[in-house]
Amino acid sequence: MALALARPASAQPETPSAAPAPAPLLTVARLSLSRGEKLILDEVSFTLKRGATLGLVGESGAGKSTIALALIGLLQKPQVGLEGSMALDGSANLVDATEKDWLKLRGRRVSMIFQDASSALNPCFTVGSQLMSPLRRLLGMGPKDARSRAIELLESVGLNDASSRLDAYPHQLSGGMQQRVMIAIALATNPELLLADEPTSALDVTIQAQIVRLILDETQKRGASCIFVLHDLALASQACDEIVVLYGGQVMEAGPSDVLLAEPLHPYTLGLKACVLELDTEELTPLPSGAPSFASRTPGCRFAPRCGNALPKCVDEKPPLETVRGRKLACWNPAA
Amino acid sequence: MSTPPELFRLLDVEKAYDVGRKGGLFASGPRRRLAALDGVRLSLKAGESVAIVGESGSGKTTLLRVLLGLTSPTDGRALYREKDITLLQGDDRDRFCREVAMIYQDARGSLNPRMSILDLVAEPLDHHGLCKPSERRDRVAALLSRVGLPPEMMERYTSALSGGQVRRVAIARALASAPAVLVADEAVSGLDVSTQAQLLKLLRDLQREMGVSMLFITHDLGVAAYLCERIAVMYLGRIVETGLTKDVLSAPAHPYTRALLNAAPKFFEPIAEPLGGEIPSPIDLPPGCRFAGRCPEARDDCRARDPELVAGAPNRAFACLHPLIGEPAFA
Repeated sequence: MALALARPASAQPETPSAAPAPAPLLTVARLSLSRGEKLILDEVSFTLKRGATLGLVGESGAGKSTIALALIGLLQKPQVGLEGSMALDGSANLVDATEKDWLKLRGRRVSMIFQDASSALNPCFTVGSQLMSPLRRLLGMGPKDARSRAIELLESVGLNDASSRLDAYPHQLSGGMQQRVMIAIALATNPELLLADEPTSALDVTIQAQIVRLILDETQKRGASCIFVLHDLALASQACDEIVVLYGGQVMEAGPSDVLLAEPLHPYTLGLKACVLELDTEELTPLPSGAPSFASRTPGCRFAPRCGNALPKCVDEKPPLETVRGRKLACWNPAA
Repeated sequence: MSTPPELFRLLDVEKAYDVGRKGGLFASGPRRRLAALDGVRLSLKAGESVAIVGESGSGKTTLLRVLLGLTSPTDGRALYREKDITLLQGDDRDRFCREVAMIYQDARGSLNPRMSILDLVAEPLDHHGLCKPSERRDRVAALLSRVGLPPEMMERYTSALSGGQVRRVAIARALASAPAVLVADEAVSGLDVSTQAQLLKLLRDLQREMGVSMLFITHDLGVAAYLCERIAVMYLGRIVETGLTKDVLSAPAHPYTRALLNAAPKFFEPIAEPLGGEIPSPIDLPPGCRFAGRCPEARDDCRARDPELVAGAPNRAFACLHPLIGEPAFA
């Protein structure tokens, strides 16, 4: 049975100034993802408002990219085990969506910018053909319209001399320009949700600032929501309205970025924040090393083995995600 | 009081590559040169640490290759203990190899996957004949524990280690020959913040306990501030500003330094107006200051006159006609 996944008429991006709908654009509830015996995501829940920016932060192995891949239907049943629910703007539960259902969503309502633009772009095709392909295939534009729209898109992402760039191959562009092209491709269909998986980790700081600004400006202009996968908490505090801190596939702490980062309550958030180098950092107090266990039978908090505040209870029983002081927190023994 | 001896000295080092004629192999245009380094002056004293920062394409890695003697400058001189690096021979060459150790950016790629950790860390010891075969295992165990790895790891191969552990092995291997200088190329980039923080703390402890000098190439100003007392900011093959790290970062004189500072993410501050454009190609540079095309402060004379790196304050030099602090010495 196919799910009803077409874009609701009321949610056209041409009217971004309309009063914000009270219902969130994206609702993820108790989403679990498993591969064989390994439980990669363990009951992840968060919501994203229309037009807002959310940051998924944590170390490698936290499940940040896995969430993004699940949200764009690149991790589906039965290759992975999926439980719980994810819904886009009140749609049916996407956990049950088939590839046929995802074809109606992917690239149209949800699109993604990958970490490494140079390997996400196909080296055999020109920038123009890769940028025009969503315009022609998904929006049904003719070749002439698609070409002029492609030029507009490249100009909007700040590539000068756009018409000649259309005939360039990806290797003829710098890393920053390739990432701009990726953004143009992702935004070509005016998606409601843009997923950006560490879009700037391979770039210089100066170019990073340009690209993050560009993503924020362009999604705002279109009234779209954006999920950033990041590992830099300082950048997350600048770019995101909401932050979800993940460890080993579990949500540790989630909430508005100013509340959460100004006064972290979870020992893990606190530890991550202490690892961020600022120009006036005198002494670093790094988190002890360690990697999460993904065994599906771990009953407790996955951060417990590395946690300075751990109690015997933390190993035996998983703390629930509860509202504490303006954010959601899953911890038996918070830092403050 | 005598000044500490200088380990490295670069005197107006230039490294230019011939990139053929404009228009291709058989074109008749003038030959073009790519100046990867253009008049670089730098010194590193014993016990001192210097950070070299700049965007990709600014010449940081070429500078490092010159320092290690992997490539010879096309002009100027690169000296180690007052001797030309590329002309070192015999005992001098052995001493250079023993005293200058390198930590590569791609730590995993720099270590042979077919050698055990024991052999990897012991290789410098064996090569320089620094320990008896009977002491080999103990020396390696001591080096591993110095970088925070358990001695059991000796029997393993790099494929079994995480990214952070591989970097620690690379550091242990670099420390094996008891070097005077550690040269590190982006040694902590591309890691989780937590792993990065652990490695930075380790490097700073090594610096303090062993008095080893450090030349640290990085694009992260926070890393530079944490590890190095001096900083050199590079742009398109030139050092555009140099001085004590805390002075340079608290009051940058060169607009490029300020732009780098602004671009670094800071908690809760709105994202600053980013520096426009990208680092241009170093082939056929226009006259005038090389940063003029991207500089928000550029005036007409910036496009006509190429500023030299001149002392603008004690321990401070910058190459800018209209610096953001004080007045240049030649004004």
